[in-house]
Amino acid sequence: MSEHPKGLIGQPLDRVEGPLKVTGQATYAADWRGDEPHLIGFIVESPAAKGTITALDTKEAEAAPGVELVLTHLNTPKQIPFGERNDDGNFAQSHAMMRTDHVRYVGYPVALVVARTLEEARHAASLVRFEIKADGDAIFDPVANEKLAEKPDALDGAEEVDTDTGDFDAAWAGASHTVEAEFHTSGQHAAAMEPHATVAEWDGDRLTVHMAIQILSDARKGFANTFDIDPESVRIVSPYIGGGFGSKLGIHNEAILAALAAKVTGQPVRVNQHRRNVFSNGPHRSRHRQRLKVGADDHGNIVAIHHDSLAAMSRDYPFAEAPASPTRGSYATKAMHTQHRVVEADIPKVDAMRAPGEAIGTLTFEAIIDELAHECGVDPVEFRLRNEPEKDPNSGKPFSDRKMRRCLLEGAERFGWNGPASRREGDWLIGHGMAAAIRPNMMMKAEAAMELAPDGRLVVRLDMTDIGTGTYTILTQIAAEAMGIAPDKVTVELGDTDFPETCGSGGSFGAGSTGTAVLDAAENLKADLLSRAAKADRDWKGVNSKALRITDDMLSLDERSLPISALDDGKAISAKGSASPGKAHENMAQYSYGAQFAEVAVDAVTGEIRLRRLTGVFDAGRILNEKTARSQLMGGMVFGIGAALMEESLMDDRYGAFMNRDLAEYHIPVNRDVPRLDIHMIEGFDANSNPLGSKGIGELGICGAGPAIANAIFAATGVRVRKFPIHMEDLMEKLPPR
Amino acid sequence: MYPLQLTINGKAHETNVDPRVSLLDLLRENLGLTGSKKGCDHGQCGACTVIVNGRRINSCLSLAVSHDGDEVTTIEGMASDDGLSPLQAAFVRHDAFQCGYCTPGQICSATALLEELERGEPSVVTKERVELADEEIRERMSGNLCRCGAYNNIIDAILEVAEARA
Ligand code: FES
Ligand code: FES
Repeated sequence: MSEHPKGLIGQPLDRVEGPLKVTGQATYAADWRGDEPHLIGFIVESPAAKGTITALDTKEAEAAPGVELVLTHLNTPKQIPFGERNDDGNFAQSHAMMRTDHVRYVGYPVALVVARTLEEARHAASLVRFEIKADGDAIFDPVANEKLAEKPDALDGAEEVDTDTGDFDAAWAGASHTVEAEFHTSGQHAAAMEPHATVAEWDGDRLTVHMAIQILSDARKGFANTFDIDPESVRIVSPYIGGGFGSKLGIHNEAILAALAAKVTGQPVRVNQHRRNVFSNGPHRSRHRQRLKVGADDHGNIVAIHHDSLAAMSRDYPFAEAPASPTRGSYATKAMHTQHRVVEADIPKVDAMRAPGEAIGTLTFEAIIDELAHECGVDPVEFRLRNEPEKDPNSGKPFSDRKMRRCLLEGAERFGWNGPASRREGDWLIGHGMAAAIRPNMMMKAEAAMELAPDGRLVVRLDMTDIGTGTYTILTQIAAEAMGIAPDKVTVELGDTDFPETCGSGGSFGAGSTGTAVLDAAENLKADLLSRAAKADRDWKGVNSKALRITDDMLSLDERSLPISALDDGKAISAKGSASPGKAHENMAQYSYGAQFAEVAVDAVTGEIRLRRLTGVFDAGRILNEKTARSQLMGGMVFGIGAALMEESLMDDRYGAFMNRDLAEYHIPVNRDVPRLDIHMIEGFDANSNPLGSKGIGELGICGAGPAIANAIFAATGVRVRKFPIHMEDLMEKLPPR
Repeated sequence: MYPLQLTINGKAHETNVDPRVSLLDLLRENLGLTGSKKGCDHGQCGACTVIVNGRRINSCLSLAVSHDGDEVTTIEGMASDDGLSPLQAAFVRHDAFQCGYCTPGQICSATALLEELERGEPSVVTKERVELADEEIRERMSGNLCRCGAYNNIIDAILEVAEARA
């Protein structure tokens, strides 16, 4: 018999879908095979933008062996224009493709060649002849076009676009120590290992898509708004997703192209973006310019903070990242000014990438805070402790649980922090640096359904996704603990729009929001079971549901027991549950916290940078699964390493083309780039966050990792680099003499 | 179309292939073995790693027709009737993956790596002789990218199995 399930939440349960993943049986979008063979689509990209297709000859391609269709703007079925119907946001807006002869950006599809096999499609794609006339007035670089900057209507994940508290000019003028700098962070690509892939199939007006997507409900609206159909007639299936990191929040080009081609051919069509496609047919994080000014008084108390940001926004795709958002909750100050501006540009979609705002906002802000601590002659840990705010510096709202102090102190202890120390080992310059981490904690709406079969098996269903975050596992744990049932009797089914609607995976809100919905469904199911039990057997009247257990096909409570089949004539019993953000999300400032400490070695001759150690201590409320939570933090820290030292999407600003569109040129950390990561989670329970007491964790690990590394590089070399990623050539010329 | 005979996971296959088909696409598209993943199709990520005649290769970089007579092992061939292979089980236990997309490639790569270690084949970080340590595994697994960042746990899983065999 399976063991007693109480206290299951938090346990380091192995991933329940683990065996499927290690045997190659988990079906990702491109692995799905239906009854009918799929036609395969291959994208023909435009090498110029923005502009107009002035000549197009598809005859040769159409005549090539195996080709079933060459889809171009001349034969695409009816679509709502791109960008329209965006009341529900950019994921739900029309994502129309190839509707007209207009080319929006470099890499934009000019044609989709559909054939029986990939080889046939790819070859025929090379036979499509076309000419593009560029308009000549395209905008690519936001900084060079700053005069076109506008205030965005809204920011991603932050309430106000600009904020002003206190009198910044007066506070700045009165500060004893000031630092002022301009930072540049590079464009980035999420580079999930699984390229975007979609299989689309129509049955009359009903569309079924198997695809890799983080939020099913928004995607469903996106398809409906593109094809002018009812969302109810769109079914999306996405049980396994090969990494998201924001890049699969919304639908991207291959999805619409597959649906268009399936409509024309009347057959299922699969389109896999190849790796080079992903860089322009998927989303990216804009490059940003951030200007920062920070000032402190004689005692090392911060008095003035200014943080402004300038980025690109892809034309007709309203998304603006909020790098100054984490700044607003970081430190006590007399005055603070934050501001975000965007320049509409003719480039591929700019969208959320893991920890939008914080990933690049804490990168720059925590670097300049380090400079200010240095100017004040105060240890960086002590400086941060000294400037811990009592209430949210921007809104004035009280904080929900804030364990920043403990993160800083325990991190310093674990790392062996002894100030921003430096030493030399042969040709290696060694330095220590640290940074604080902060990331807003969010809660969203979600629903869930549960069904208990007479044989004692519990099935949980919701349209949530598991993008590697551990959703299958933590929802199993939550359901099992709440129902008093063994976890191996629980099956969680995700990623299908036939299931109850949720917020999906994004913004680190998935676990708390959907976990709460599952918890609620369990409470409702238990109440129903008990009222049925009381009807079947008066011994069960007025009992407390807490002690309820389900073992095999029996319901039991203390000495009572009853077969499940007796509750409803041998039928399965089901219940629904829901979750929504409570008042505490409006009235309180809610964040997850952390502190990270890095040791780097810089080659005194070449400037080569090696990360040697990274310690992170985090406060993410209650941990739902010690093993998967740790992995989330670890993955975040690796992302942080990439942002600090490697990742850089380079655009040729003459033509608006990304130049490094593959994994040999877009560098993400490999195994040898990552030392042993020391990760510690502070136990907590934030009752204001949700009934589970958990807070967002998936994006927290990035925050603080990069600036800790940058600050360690300063300690090692005395060089402040104000661009990211930091490369050896940024240091080489400035290294101290030997 | 070219005739091709090869053994995959111990089973003989006879088929005709388009000479442009990569070994990876042969597995995924023609034979329905979708466990091997395509992350880049350019030999840059390792998601497609399979074992051919005892050596790990990127199957996306290799034409199917060049494998006439070869023995191929894919992720589908790792588990036996007794259950998961020691590496597969260690990957689950150590949470050596998150999304799981790179995992078939990581496990195929690690399986061949264990043999390389046993043969005492040196790597660029090997000093006197091959030692079972982080750095040796890290170097040898750096051709398998993991965007979820499970690297530390991948090392733990491999070291555990390597030490048990040593
Ligand atoms: S798919 Fe073969 S190396 Fe990436
Ligand atoms: S587990 Fe997701 S890429 Fe490795």
